Amino acid sequence: MTALAPARPDPHPVDPAEPRAASFLTGTLVLSRRSLLHSFRDPESVLMAVLLPVMMMLIFVYVLGGAMSVGEGAPSHREYLAYVLPAIALTSAGFGASFTAVVVSNDMTTGLIDRLRTMPFPAVTVLLGHTVASMARNLVATVVVMLLALAVGYRTDAPALSLLGAFGLIALWILVITVVFATLGMLAGSAESASGYGFVLLFLPYLSSGYAPVESMPAWLRVFAEHQPMTPLIDAARALMDGRSPGADVLVSVLWCAGLIAIALGVAAYVFPRRTSR
Amino acid sequence: MTAPPPLLEIRGLRKSYGSHPVLDGLDLVLPPGVHALLGPNGAGKTTLIKILSTLLPHDGGSVRVLGLDPRRDRRRLQGLLSLTGQFAAVDGALTCAENLRMIGRLFGLSEAAVRSRTDELLERFGPAGARSTRASALSGGMRRKLDIAAGLLSRPQLVVLDEPTTGLDTRSRQVLWEEIRALASEGTSVLLTTQYLEEADALAEQIHVLDRGRIVAGGTAAELKALVGGAVVRVHDQDGGVLEELATTGTTPDLAARLAEAADRFPAATASIHRPTLDDVFLHLTATGPSAGPEDPAPDAASGPGPARTVPSAASVRI
Repeated sequence: MTALAPARPDPHPVDPAEPRAASFLTGTLVLSRRSLLHSFRDPESVLMAVLLPVMMMLIFVYVLGGAMSVGEGAPSHREYLAYVLPAIALTSAGFGASFTAVVVSNDMTTGLIDRLRTMPFPAVTVLLGHTVASMARNLVATVVVMLLALAVGYRTDAPALSLLGAFGLIALWILVITVVFATLGMLAGSAESASGYGFVLLFLPYLSSGYAPVESMPAWLRVFAEHQPMTPLIDAARALMDGRSPGADVLVSVLWCAGLIAIALGVAAYVFPRRTSR
Repeated sequence: MTAPPPLLEIRGLRKSYGSHPVLDGLDLVLPPGVHALLGPNGAGKTTLIKILSTLLPHDGGSVRVLGLDPRRDRRRLQGLLSLTGQFAAVDGALTCAENLRMIGRLFGLSEAAVRSRTDELLERFGPAGARSTRASALSGGMRRKLDIAAGLLSRPQLVVLDEPTTGLDTRSRQVLWEEIRALASEGTSVLLTTQYLEEADALAEQIHVLDRGRIVAGGTAAELKALVGGAVVRVHDQDGGVLEELATTGTTPDLAARLAEAADRFPAATASIHRPTLDDVFLHLTATGPSAGPEDPAPDAASGPGPARTVPSAASVRI
């Protein structure tokens, strides 16, 4: 035994030719690609994402539209179509994003998350991957909704910038609901309960100004409808699509969205490092 | 001159879930090589594996894996080991090649390195045409192999396998054993947990038995078998039932003496010599039952019958 041992050399010198860690960006890109492949290879989810908005559009416009009077004059399909279009886009986005809760929950309860978390890269990018895929899926579904609306007679003379603004608000809500569903998926014990928790959220658009004016609701419901995020969001999107000024609704919507994202990210940041498969 | 660090160097490791201690002052030092951790359900195997592979923080004691601290040197350690857990970590919606590619890219391998490693591993592990087969269409055994192959993309120094053959049929198990042996022959260290004693016997140079959060014994399979005594002379009646068991030290004179004794006492009987199996060792060491709670007294491995020829047990130095 030597009394004066030299400083122990590094037992594992890093070979510069073979980097041993993927960056945050690489992780996000690789796992987004994976989540997108999932979306395309699950025919049911693709079918649902497209079929659901199409069915809703047809039902609301042709079944209910003829009986609903949302303007000054007599009920009109075309007038109601313009009225419900933002709500249909947002409702569809909710259904499309609820898929995120299921896939996140699957990842968290199978062995994959354990492997990813023992690898030298930020494993939280797995959630980002699912978020990117959900955004892509739902933006495609939103475009389908808009094209279908045009096909069944929707017309507007709003300036392009306003339409872009409305689309931006819808995209922002898709992001919000995706992040919320991803967090729910992480909290839920199984994929089944994940979609169960999320189901409640899917009813929010119906309890807002989306399908009928809040003035027509009973007082107690009206209080709820006026103070939940969907109403300012839908009012703002509708005003922009009609070419009117949305007023303060845009600001209120953005604040709601920012708040919800902050809460969901806070919960996710707390839960993710503590969650491993059982 | 500079010896490689031990594979594992664990002293006084403690981990509880709430008030329930899972690892209770565990000591374990292992040289590089193939090692098996044996233990009943709830012994703490998976918790230990999760701590070693950076998944779980420990509460107390010190842990070094390949000379690195799983908490302080987390990222560096992660680059040197791979974990294949109890639940398959392959993505069913992706093909075999896509699975490997994804893991390779996340390990930070270059595009070219990923491609050559994927080809190499598919050739070695995959059946013909597996490249573009979706992982969900693979058999349980094949999925396990793909899972382990994914863990080898980064050429880890330590491969951790948590119950690698649980749920597999005998044939798949044999195939997997061959792969693990091949891995070991290339100089990769392997740490595997198992509930199958024959698996530990077949694969590992050293076996450690974990029970209620402590290592209760360790050594080669032969050393462990010696813990429960040399051999037993069994005296049978005509129907094969055991009339008497005579413990021996296993040496020829002692065996002859016991057989002579049996011949005197049971002239009409038949006799056989029973060498202890790892099952005997396992049952002996974890005698108070697999699901015993923390309030039960711990088994004392050092006071068992037979000559204790190895004294590797942490339990034997417990006060």
